[in-house]
Amino acid sequence: MNTILDVKDLVIHYETDDGCVYAVNGLDLDLQEGETLGLVGETGAGKTTLARGIMGLVPDPPGRIRGGEIIYRGTDLLQCSNAEMRKVRGRKIAMIFQDPMTSLNPVTNVGLQIAEAIQSHEKLSRKAAMQKACQMLEQVGIPAERAGEYPHQFSGGMKQRVVIAIALACNPDILIADEPTTALDVTIQAQVLDMLRELRETYHMSMLLITHDLGVVAQTCDRVAVIYGGEIVESADVYTLFDQHLHPYTQGLLDSIPKLNEDVERLKPIEGMMPDPTQLPEGCRFCSRCAYADERCRTEHPNMLDLGNGHKVRCFRYETQEVEPHE
Amino acid sequence: MIKYIVKRLLLLIPVLIGVTFFVFTILSLAPYDPVTVILGDGATEEAMENMREELGLNDPLLVRYVNYIWDLLHGDFGKSYKTRLPVADQILSRFPNTILLASCSMVIAIVLGIPLGILSAKKQYSLLDNVATVGGLISVSMPNFWLGLLLVILFALKLRWLPSQGMGEDPVSLIKSLILPSITLGTGIMASVMRMTRSSVLETMRQDYISTARSKGIAESRVTVRHMLKNALIPIITISALQFGHLLGGSMLTETVFSWPGVGRYMLDAIKTKDTPAIMGSVILMSVSFSIMNLLADILYAFVDPRIKSQYQTKKKNKQKKSPAEDGGKEATA
Repeated sequence: MNTILDVKDLVIHYETDDGCVYAVNGLDLDLQEGETLGLVGETGAGKTTLARGIMGLVPDPPGRIRGGEIIYRGTDLLQCSNAEMRKVRGRKIAMIFQDPMTSLNPVTNVGLQIAEAIQSHEKLSRKAAMQKACQMLEQVGIPAERAGEYPHQFSGGMKQRVVIAIALACNPDILIADEPTTALDVTIQAQVLDMLRELRETYHMSMLLITHDLGVVAQTCDRVAVIYGGEIVESADVYTLFDQHLHPYTQGLLDSIPKLNEDVERLKPIEGMMPDPTQLPEGCRFCSRCAYADERCRTEHPNMLDLGNGHKVRCFRYETQEVEPHE
Repeated sequence: MIKYIVKRLLLLIPVLIGVTFFVFTILSLAPYDPVTVILGDGATEEAMENMREELGLNDPLLVRYVNYIWDLLHGDFGKSYKTRLPVADQILSRFPNTILLASCSMVIAIVLGIPLGILSAKKQYSLLDNVATVGGLISVSMPNFWLGLLLVILFALKLRWLPSQGMGEDPVSLIKSLILPSITLGTGIMASVMRMTRSSVLETMRQDYISTARSKGIAESRVTVRHMLKNALIPIITISALQFGHLLGGSMLTETVFSWPGVGRYMLDAIKTKDTPAIMGSVILMSVSFSIMNLLADILYAFVDPRIKSQYQTKKKNKQKKSPAEDGGKEATA
């Protein structure tokens, strides 16, 4: 498999009046061709900032990309001009935003919102673009007759389908889905996820699925990266991660899910809060909430350890401890 | 939609009754005798009494008011006390001049105000934004007539480029004579349109759909116009329509400074000579044009925002399914 997107040591900060928010700190991530990579983390971990960083849509001010590389098929997107980036957005890398209720323009009909994406990348007449937009709508399960309608005439799930149709309109290589199902109810979530999976296969896309729902990850992804405090703390293929989660944070995440086969009276949350992103701890970002933390964790920042087989973890515990390779 | 418009037009009736009653009462209570205005100081007591009787000034206030409204309903606005000419004719002959001046001022205000507002919003806190903010504040706070006088001093008296007074007859001199009063009236409105555009665009700029639009890879100019501005238009329409309504009622000070033969100056003259029918006529024109502009703004909302349009439409009338390609084409050309 080829690496289609390689994020190296990406640093994104928000400089506000109340101090600098360290949203993404030296983040490394790679996406292989044709795979679905799940990016899991809690609110404020830097997931959306990373996604916007890849799209070149970090709001500036206050957002600043302080360093790193985002390499898409050999070109560093951070070095691209605005005009070059515009050709990448939508055509090569497309994005689905979190809340379908607010991510469609309320005063433009949905057909045109899809068609304008097509027209900006392909030399098509307005009518041809509109026809293609109608095909896209059909593909996401919305009758083409509704292309002339406005977002307020659609339900939440339908709006998210429209958003997906916009993202896929130009047949992108990479789809970044930023919590595409968070704002939807559970039955609609399942429909939307199934549809995304099917469309990903039809269009041979790679997908970066951002979520905080491990169930969604298990169902949809090939590989998982866990993000905490703006950096990846553990990454592995999906089976390894669910069987052999090594980082204390990943363990905490998985333990907090109630098991169906056990009688649970109280949920087991991870104790404590996310560190304040304006004052990240000096050592391991997770040390204040970690049961295993010692003096070294508080002062020294751990590096990513490669355990082989694509399993990486950012924790001192596995420097000495031998880990059985996962079968 | 038509039902809505008719309903709104019917609402004009109570508004007009209220306005006319209020103004009529104030004018009747004012400590002056219209008869002395008409006949002059040297008139005999008997002549004055006859004149009062003739004008019906001896009747009680309510009777006079009802009589006035009765005449109005028959299309009679009364005769000016001073010139003895029908008020309606005089106002209507001046109204086109006011419309012309008001339209030119609005064009200046909108053509400059909206782009400047967008630029300020997109480059928030930049030098341009700060200059525009300070300039806008100055323009809004400056009294119109004073700006008018300054312009007259500079362009008419010192540079002698443009006329300071009156309204030109032939097209060239008409345009020349329009420039200074239009700038005078337009500057303040431009500033408020600009500030309104700026704050409204700043708000829409942060919406999620702007990120969606950018993520499609469309040109920034298209993002700005189709996605930001179109969503930011409602408050801009409101303020522009209100200001235009004001202008159509006549701008007394500016029209007087430039001796512009419009309804504003007519009204000021009427007030100076205590000419009740002329004042009433002008006030009615003022309130009608203001209300109509308000209605026009509400109708325009429906064209800008489909959510508002669906509110205006009656429930019974189901939306017809149009062919999407055709509809999309129309939308795109709009």
